[in-house]
Amino acid sequence: MSAVETRNTATGDEGGMGYLQSVPRRIVTIWLPLLVFVFVLLFPFYWMAITAVKPNNEMTNFNDFSPFWVVEPTLQHIRYLLFETSYPGWLWNTVLISVASTFLSLLAAVFAAYAIERLRFSGSRQTGLAIFLAYLVPPSILFIPLSVMVFQLGLYDTPFALILTYPTFLVPFCTWLLMGYFRSIPYELEECALIDGASRWQILTKIILPLSVPGLISAGIFAFTLSWNEFIYALTFIQSSENKTVPVGVLTELVRSDVYEWGALMAGALIGSLPVVILYSFFVEHYVSSMTGAVKE
Amino acid sequence: MRSMVEGAPTKEKRMASTTVAEAPPRPPLAKRLQESRGFLSFGFMLPAALLLLVFLTYPLGLGVWLGFTDARIGRPGIFIGLENYEYLWDDSVFWLSVFNTLLYTVSASILKFMLGLWLALLLNENLPLKSFFRAVVLLPWVVPTVLSAIAFWWIYDSQFSIISWALIEMGIIDHRINFLGDPTNARASVIAANVWRGIPFVAITLLAGLQTIPQSLYEAATLDGASRWQLFRYVTLPLLTPIIAITMTFSVLFTFTDFQLIYVLTRGGPVNATHLMATLSFQRGISGGLLGEGAAIAVAMIPFLLAAILFSYFGLQRRKWQQGGGD
Repeated sequence: MSAVETRNTATGDEGGMGYLQSVPRRIVTIWLPLLVFVFVLLFPFYWMAITAVKPNNEMTNFNDFSPFWVVEPTLQHIRYLLFETSYPGWLWNTVLISVASTFLSLLAAVFAAYAIERLRFSGSRQTGLAIFLAYLVPPSILFIPLSVMVFQLGLYDTPFALILTYPTFLVPFCTWLLMGYFRSIPYELEECALIDGASRWQILTKIILPLSVPGLISAGIFAFTLSWNEFIYALTFIQSSENKTVPVGVLTELVRSDVYEWGALMAGALIGSLPVVILYSFFVEHYVSSMTGAVKE
Repeated sequence: MRSMVEGAPTKEKRMASTTVAEAPPRPPLAKRLQESRGFLSFGFMLPAALLLLVFLTYPLGLGVWLGFTDARIGRPGIFIGLENYEYLWDDSVFWLSVFNTLLYTVSASILKFMLGLWLALLLNENLPLKSFFRAVVLLPWVVPTVLSAIAFWWIYDSQFSIISWALIEMGIIDHRINFLGDPTNARASVIAANVWRGIPFVAITLLAGLQTIPQSLYEAATLDGASRWQLFRYVTLPLLTPIIAITMTFSVLFTFTDFQLIYVLTRGGPVNATHLMATLSFQRGISGGLLGEGAAIAVAMIPFLLAAILFSYFGLQRRKWQQGGGD
């Protein structure tokens, strides 16, 4: 009897002190505000999706059709987007640039984080701090000098302009995240391997990297998202329509001054968001850990 | 490592006199290099250091230099001293953009903080579907800013705005709101869109902080008769302060240097009412071709950024000292 009682109190304990509040009070103070938050945060996505499949006559006629619903869904906007614009090309460019810059940044970050965290060379603390400060340098103050450099290096209007400049914000972020991750791997593992005659390279590839796969995934998908979402460099360094990325292409090519193709714009925004949203839905925990990890360390 | 393993106690006594004779034969150069910590570190740091030095440190310096020249697109400039800054000093549009940036940053950050903290507290309650809510809440932050800003553009459309329509239907207003055409409305609209995108970041990071606060503290305080407000004020807030400081530093820095949202929604208009320093820098430097002047505007952002970083850095240090922590 007493055992059951203690177990009950123990499980009650895990639930916090929510039981102290009555149910109606909880509905008003917790559920209502929470649902308002969720509604406001998600409404733009719903609006984006519903507009993307709405025929034009329903879109501009609020009197005969409820704006919140679509009577005759149509794929004309999506068809227009995929077959009459360069949209598929932009998608491909974005994938290519994001994957390449993420890969490049991860590679550089793994070595840097390992050297800072485990080789502990003189000045490693200062290097770690410098990397953190590098993360705080915003693209908005770098894009003008970088555009001059990109032009001089002959990279203007090529994917390499973006593949090489995205690491400026990806490398600091990934390094910082991986440093935290490497720190959690016990030193003893490395010492054992050293005594067994392993070289640093072997330790890195055979012990540290296999153990830090979750950290690598976190850093990788986060870096991928950051480069997918990047805008100001892509806007500045790319000129020709076929080399643009999705965010730039949708904004600069689909918007014509005379008439707005809202359906196609929303379809473009929706399809452009889908890859990161799908990636996100598979790795929610990794996202949260990389976001909070970057702040916490 | 090597010397520690070999330095057996019996040898140690004779070490001083016969070190040279007892020393093991020198391994080949390649092997020594492989084991040298300095050389290894250098090799390991090289890729990251090269990328950052070439594409971050150098452009930072180049930007400062460009601010002192009259460079234009397609024409390398010559040194003109402080002329760009003197020009900007007398330029009312520049000062308007500074004011706008500060207004935008301060109001958006305060709103993001308050709403984000509220949302974090709500999510920290023991709810069913907790992880589902957390995943959904983070969505605005995951989606590319430009693409969600385009959705806001449509929501803020002067003719077909869904907000205007809903408010008219509910009988709250009798004419459509001109969201982006009127200076005050435009400012409020871009701030609202920025807050919408920023809340998830603040909420989720603060939630992570909240989850580290032990339940027992709340129980102890409740036994002592603390009200819900007192629980928040004297338990939650003090323990959350360090993570609030870091989260808000990030949030302030990203808001201050924001570019995408304004570029999509207003491009600085109407009559420059929403021009931020970053958008003005782009307009003058890239669209207008005056690289030097654009760079000068960008450089003018640096003191503000440094001030924000130092403020939170020293704020944090004081907090650590108050809590009795070292370092």
